[in-house]
Amino acid sequence: MMIYPAVHYTMGGVWVDYNLMTTIPGCYAIGEANFSEHGANRLGASALMQGLADGYFVLPYTIADYLSHDIRTGAIPTTLPEFDAAEKEVKERLEGLVNNKGIHSVDYYHKQLGNIMWNKCGMSRNEKGLKEAIEEIAALREDFWKNVSVPGGAYELNPELEKAGRVADFLELGELFAKDALDRNESCGGHFREESVEVGGPQDGEALRDDENYAYVAAWEYKGKPSEAVLHKEQLEFNDIKLTQRSYK
Amino acid sequence: MSEMNLTLKIWRQKNAADKGKMVDYKVNSISEHMSFLEMMDVLNEQLINSGDDPVAFDHDCREGICGSCSMFINGEAHGPVKGTTTCQLHMRSFKDGDTIYIEPFRANAFPVIKDLVVNRSSFDRIQQSGGFISVNTSGNTQDANATAIPKHDADLAMDAAACIGCGACVATCKNSSAMLFVGAKISQYALLPQGQVEAKDRAQNMVAQMDAEGFGNCTNTGACEVECPKGISISNIARMNREYLSGSLK
Repeated sequence: MMIYPAVHYTMGGVWVDYNLMTTIPGCYAIGEANFSEHGANRLGASALMQGLADGYFVLPYTIADYLSHDIRTGAIPTTLPEFDAAEKEVKERLEGLVNNKGIHSVDYYHKQLGNIMWNKCGMSRNEKGLKEAIEEIAALREDFWKNVSVPGGAYELNPELEKAGRVADFLELGELFAKDALDRNESCGGHFREESVEVGGPQDGEALRDDENYAYVAAWEYKGKPSEAVLHKEQLEFNDIKLTQRSYK
Repeated sequence: MSEMNLTLKIWRQKNAADKGKMVDYKVNSISEHMSFLEMMDVLNEQLINSGDDPVAFDHDCREGICGSCSMFINGEAHGPVKGTTTCQLHMRSFKDGDTIYIEPFRANAFPVIKDLVVNRSSFDRIQQSGGFISVNTSGNTQDANATAIPKHDADLAMDAAACIGCGACVATCKNSSAMLFVGAKISQYALLPQGQVEAKDRAQNMVAQMDAEGFGNCTNTGACEVECPKGISISNIARMNREYLSGSLK
């Protein structure tokens, strides 16, 4: 089964505000798609809890509030220049993919990407591997746009075209989360950096957090290329509880 | 690890207007550990590399819970293994040299979109016509355990709720009846106190929609429950009929 890059390893998701709205006004991301409840940990039953909490307790208030201001907006015409620009962009992207007539299938790229992610950006990561992964994924992405072959047309049911669009996204996301994992030079939650390990003492060999430097949520702003993504830090403040080490011993 | 060479006879149909036909393909060195869909991935990779159009088929979770995958394999919905969706069927159920027939789920109410992909939105419309309950989700949701429900009823409701809406029952039935699906969706609510608010109308509306979509009637052959990957019992059809009758006595 080809699932890599698996979203769990991002230890995050789409940035949302306190009402679960993304940076696009009116576009909400709930459940596993957003980053909010679990912070740096995305393992266990987190998807289930997040889906339930967002759907039951948050959205009924926040979306209704948004819509209450928007309810008289009416239908948005499709003759606006923004619509034309968006339509042109999507058409060019889809037609570009089916007319590329390259030499490798979409699955070929998905498997190559999966292989890089599995070996260098999986359960345990280190600086050397992550730096290699970033370069390898960037090169693979360039090769994808040059040499991918998508059979069929753009205006019919075309599962290969759907897949090509997804793998193109994975090729950006994969590089971004290698970049994020490299940037966070500590072990935290499900993110395990081999360089950041307790040495000696009762927690010998366990993950070592660095709260002085990394007690923040990293939100990466999209700038086209993953290498140009801009880091925004949201500081984590703990008022009623103290940060402590979770002991598995 | 045992590997096998297979002949596949697959339904190819360019679009809804195309007449469609069975086409022969060969796949070699198939591992017995592959799932049926992984074998289809291998075929498609082969087709793409030789410049042919890959076979379109529905799939999503590949864990047997989403209800996307379909395929009529050697004359059986989801293939030869009982209680299994196509994605959970493995190639160890076949042997070297086999010829495998692969067709879409056929029914008038499931028109073919392309190859093995059929349009099952008729199920969505049936569900929308009555497969819901009135629950306040505006933040003051009641604790699920606050309503006492007899264990026996809860178990039966859970069994009915196991239906993934794949349509194997329709594809299997000689009448293309959707009554196992509709029976399961009605029973899931009819057995629980939360389902009582809409109980009078639910079966009436869902059955009316089922008929409007062009599904056939049940003649109690029981083939649907044999092929259902989730083991939904036809006793749910009896419960649907009871709900329908009691709903008609206003």
